[in-house]
Order: sequence, then C-alpha cells, then structure tokens
Amino acid sequence: MTAPTTSHYPAKTINEGIVTHTLSVLVDNEPGVLARVIGLFSGRGYNIESLTVSETEHQQHLSLITVVTTGTPMVIEQIKNQLDRLVPVHHVVDMTLAGNSIERELAMVKVQGRGEHRVEALRLADAFRARVIDATIESFVFEITGNSSKIEQFIELMLPLGLVEVARTGIAAIRRGPGEG
Amino acid sequence: MTREMTGAEMVIQALADQGVKHLFGYPGGAVLPIYDAIFAQDNVQHVLVRHEQGAVHAAEGYARSTGKVGCVLVTSGPGATNAVTGLTDALMDSIPIVCITGQVPTHLIGNDAFQEADTVGITRPCTKHNYLVKSIDDLPRVLHEAFHIAASGRPGPVVIDIPKDIQFATGTYFKPKENPHTGYKPKLKGDMDKIRQAVEMVASAKKPIFYTGGGVINSGKAASDLLRELVKLTGFPITSTLMGLGAYPANDKQWLGMLGMHGTLEANMAMHDCDVMVCVGARFDDRITGRIDAFSPGSRKIHIDIDPSSINKNVHVEMPIVGDCAHVLEDMVRLWRTQAKQADGKALGDWWKQIDKWRARKSLAYRQSNEVIKPQYAIQRLYELTKDHDTFITTEVGQHQMWAAQFYGFNEPNRWMTSGGLGTMGYGLPASVGVQLAHPGSLVIDIAGEASVQMTMQELSTAVQYRLPIKIFILNNGYMGMVRQWQELLHGGRYSESYSEALPDFVKLADAMHAYGIRCEKPGDLDHAIKEMIDVDKPVLFDCVVDPAENCFPMIPSGRAHNEMLLSGAAEDIEEAITEEGKVLV
Repeated sequence: MTAPTTSHYPAKTINEGIVTHTLSVLVDNEPGVLARVIGLFSGRGYNIESLTVSETEHQQHLSLITVVTTGTPMVIEQIKNQLDRLVPVHHVVDMTLAGNSIERELAMVKVQGRGEHRVEALRLADAFRARVIDATIESFVFEITGNSSKIEQFIELMLPLGLVEVARTGIAAIRRGPGEG
Repeated sequence: MTREMTGAEMVIQALADQGVKHLFGYPGGAVLPIYDAIFAQDNVQHVLVRHEQGAVHAAEGYARSTGKVGCVLVTSGPGATNAVTGLTDALMDSIPIVCITGQVPTHLIGNDAFQEADTVGITRPCTKHNYLVKSIDDLPRVLHEAFHIAASGRPGPVVIDIPKDIQFATGTYFKPKENPHTGYKPKLKGDMDKIRQAVEMVASAKKPIFYTGGGVINSGKAASDLLRELVKLTGFPITSTLMGLGAYPANDKQWLGMLGMHGTLEANMAMHDCDVMVCVGARFDDRITGRIDAFSPGSRKIHIDIDPSSINKNVHVEMPIVGDCAHVLEDMVRLWRTQAKQADGKALGDWWKQIDKWRARKSLAYRQSNEVIKPQYAIQRLYELTKDHDTFITTEVGQHQMWAAQFYGFNEPNRWMTSGGLGTMGYGLPASVGVQLAHPGSLVIDIAGEASVQMTMQELSTAVQYRLPIKIFILNNGYMGMVRQWQELLHGGRYSESYSEALPDFVKLADAMHAYGIRCEKPGDLDHAIKEMIDVDKPVLFDCVVDPAENCFPMIPSGRAHNEMLLSGAAEDIEEAITEEGKVLV
C-alpha cells in the first residue's frame, strides 16, 4: 500500500533521500541509560544499523554510545534532538556531519576449509591485514579491523572459502585532530 | 543543613522543602513507611483518591492551575501501572509532575515478588525522566533533582521508584541545591541574532498571524502578558491551540478563536493564507495542521519553542528560535520598541478586511431550539452565568471538550485544564479535584460527557471527602459523541458500540455518593438550573440532557487542508468531503 498523500500526519518519506549518519552520544553511565536510548529509537520508529557502548571516562562515569542510523535528513535531525533531550545525555555529535572523523569496527571471522581454500583464505587475510587469532587443522579465526565496508568486503570474500560465522563489534568513531567530540 | 533520617522521612521532608502543600495518593504495602511519615507531620496534606489514575490527573489539574509541580504517591505494581495513563497524559501536555512509587525491597527486585512491576521500565517512555533509587545515599539528591527536571525546560512527569528497604534505611538528608543536575541545562534565552531577524520578518509581514500554544501557559504569567503586549504592538490577528487557550483574552477583537480540526473558519483560513506565521510555544500537531503538504503553503514561519525536538518535526520553519517563550517574547517586545518598528498598516488593514469576511460566515453558528437543549447553547449559558465568578474549567475528552473550547471564553491563563495531547477520557473530574484543592474559594467546573465521566466517576467520593464543591456539568447526549460523529461521517452511520447504554440516573447517583444532583432537560430551565449549581456548596453532578444528534462543527475532515473546512450548514456534503485515504486516519 502506498502512503496516503492526504494525511494529518507528516507524509511518509519513502522516496526522499535516505542517508546514513554516525552519532556519538556522551551519556552518564547510570542504570537504564542504554534502555532509554534504545527505547527512543524503537518507540519513535527510528533505525539502528549499529550500536556500540562502553564507559570511556571512568572518573566521571561517562559512557560513549556510537550509533549508526538511517533516515531522511529531517529524521536524522529529529533523532539528534530527541537524544539530546534525554536527561542523562550530555551531548550528541553527528560524526557524519562533522566530516573529518574516523570510524573503525572489529570483526572476528571464522573460516573452515582444507587445501586450496585454506591457503587462499590465509592469502586474502594477509592482503586485508587480518590476523589469525585461532587456528586448527581445518579452521581459522581472523581478526580484522577497519571501516565497515572493508569488513563487509572481507566477509564476502570468505564466503566461498568456508565462512562459518562472524562476530562484529559495531562502529566506534572519533574526530580527527586535537579537538574533543 | 544536613540531618539523619529514614528514607521515608526524607521523602516527606524533601516535599516540604520543595514547597509542596498537597500530595495526591493511595497507600499500599510498598509505601507504608512513607505513609507512616505522613502520619507524623502536618506540612504536607495527603489527599486520598479512589484510583491512582485519578491521583495523577488531580496533580495535573493542581499543577496546570497553579504553575507549581503536582505531586503523587502510589504503591508498587498496580499502583504504578494505574498511574501510567496520567503520566503519559502529563508527558504529552508538558505538565510538571513528581510521582513517587513504592517498590518491593531491593533484594526482591526481579524476583516476580508480590505487587512487583518493572516501574522504571514501564514508565521510561511515558516520563520526562525516571529513577530507581537503590541506595539511601542517592535519595535526597534524586528527590530534589526530580523537582528541578519536572519543572524546568519543557515541563513533564518524573517518576521516583523507591524500594521499601530504602524507605526504612537511615541516611543523611540535605536541602535542595542551586544547580542540582550537571548534565541537564535547558536553554532559556533565545539566540539574539535570530530574534532580530524574526522581528524583521514580523515587521515586513503583509498577512501575519500569531499561532500560540500551551508553551505560553507553561512559561508563566509573564509570557501571557508579553504575548498580549506584542500582539497589541503589532496589531496582528492571533489564534491558539486547545492547550494555549487563555494566554490571549478571548474577548479581544484581535482574537480569532481556536484553530485546528474544530477551530474557527477565520483562524484556519488565516493560517492557510498568511505570509508570516509566528508560532509561540506550539508544536504543529496533526490536529492543528490538517493535511501537512497543504499546510499554510505561502508563509514564512517563526517557531519559538523551548524544546529543540519540536522544531522542524512536522513542518519546516524558516526561523527556529530555541528558548523559553517569556524570554524570547521579552526580547522581541524590547527590539520592537527600541527599533520603533511599525507594522505595514495598509497591508494589515486589507488583511483584517479579509479576516472579517471569514468571520462574517459565523462558523460556530448552530440552529437553536426551544424543545431540546443544544450543547453549544448549554456552554454559552454556562459561560454567561459563570464569567463574573473566579472560574476554572476542566474537561473530559470528546465533543463536549471541543464545544467548551469553542464557546467558553478564556481571558486568563491557567484557567483551562484539558487533556490535549493524549486525549484522556476521564481526565476532567479528578483534575477538577486538584484545581479546587489549589483554589478553595473558586468555582471549578468539569465540563463533561456522560461517557467520559464514567471513566473516573469514583473520584466524586474524593471531592465529597475533602468537601471540594466541584461542579460536574455533564452534556448528556447518550452517545460517545465524537465517536458517533466520526461513525456518521466515515462509517455510513453504523453506530457500532458508541451508544451509552444503561446510563445511571445521575441525580440518584449524586445522592448516593453524598453529592448534589441536578437534571435539566429544557432550554427554558437551563439558566435557573445553572444558578442552582453555582449556589450549592457541595460537589454537584449536573445532568444536562442535550440534543443527541448534534455534531461538532466546523471540522477539517481527515486528510483535508485548512481551507477545506466543513461548516455546520454543509453537513450533507460530508461523506464526499472525506477521501478514501482520509478514512484510514484517526
């Protein structure tokens, strides 16, 4: 069903450009803070592509939540404002808008195989600067870090070579240069 | 000053230190220590409601009519879940509430204990903020912080969930501090550059309009005064949302009446045709905008709001100003005066001529009857007979609410308590309990429907217990009127389950509950009956039997724009006026 064009509600934004943004959210590390952030996304129908969270400043009990989300520019703006409105949120930085930021993700990739496949997997891992962190006679676990597209590409290459499973951390992001957030 | 005391004593001490006089609540196992502390003091008066939803609505009425924080105390489990409707209502309408809930002892949390519910989990999406206090050391800070968060910025409800063992534990209490929360700092002052540009926009307008909302009321009396000043200075027309009624006097000639789905023709047409819109403390809600892509297509918009997330949410605005209404309006008035700005008199004159043409259509007109009381007439008479009293009005939700908004003139802020955002049937009766408690000598009237009032009917007992002479003015049309109206317009007149079957005899009911019952069925008897209602120094249940077929007009049908309103005379065109797409909307 197509969205009604005559609505009391904001028209559904189907064909408007959907963009992906990475947001860094600095929060008080208190019980329930992650539930607040996630609840906001589910309650208001926003998307989460990736989410990482960890305490980053132990003294001040601050955690950094990095969330990758998609939506129209207007929705992204809403998400930032809604996040900023939460009481334990100190600030929200749009890493995509700020430009000049680095995003990294870590993945562990398990590949099973013998003979030529095994050799090829090792060779590719080397090309991608993935490290072997576990090995048996018929399997490897590779550790790879990089931006998401690099990891995607590596996983795709491993698929025909006996990919078993993948564990990913989600994205962490930081601004380049001396400045904070 | 710090002092050793139990958690329960801290709760009551903190309320007293925050200036709380009344606490609406209902006892239960998990809050008994706090009730013990209440018993031992007389700073804070506890008001025993009959259902926890009523406690929150009463606190909302209290808060809305005074500008203070409303306080609620309920027990764990069902006490907390019953409060959820009221909390959501307060969140939607930005009402400052602090709600203290009991919780099972810390060691039993997560154990499916008796009357245990995950209160912070349940109330997270329906509060501005909430706390589960797991250490007595946190309690004084949390209590004070809660009041700060509830009342500052865009106000809202805050829940403090306190396990029973924390209520018994002993700790050190301290008084409220100046800046209780480090991370939470709402922005009050607007950006001066933007305000300057906004004033330029206002001065250059040819067909301007002020569109104001509940934010002006929440910002305090000063905001209403400044708004009046600015509107007078500019000579612009002004309309308001349901929540904003009273910020600008309804008896003034620049007032166009309420806008939106059941707003006046002149307000909605002026919104549609304006070239500069000054939105103050309103949020472009769907009841206001109608069809969004046809909403005021030719205007540049200024939006003043304390909540950045309200800006550009539904409608793109050219000039967003984040700040408190009173602060921003003060700056605008000052700039307007110091720069000796003048509105474009010629253009404004033409604009008013156009507006007067719309006014001449008399969009609120209805056919008077000598046989049956028209609901609009009932509200008009109620207004005429109570306007010289110190009157506060609350409502339930439905047709009667819209008629009250259309026909009762509000000339002062904080006089109008209604459930706008959530649309909670059953809000008005308990809210009037809270209002009457805050204003003992005033005339407090709940304009109700016979269906809504039955949702929280039991709070009449509360009113009787505390000798609160609230007047419950029921427009009894025997239907869930707004549901019936939509079924008539959208569902081929199939009145599925919208008939109020097996109604109580409200006069006998009032009698049984030790209140005073009045029934009125004829237009000729109405004035006398209303006067009787005003004179009785008791809670009154007034059964005003009105025309069951009357519909609420004007109306912007679902999926239509502001300039496509239905007027009452055009009722036969309604079926065609609503598109297929419009029917799927609420």
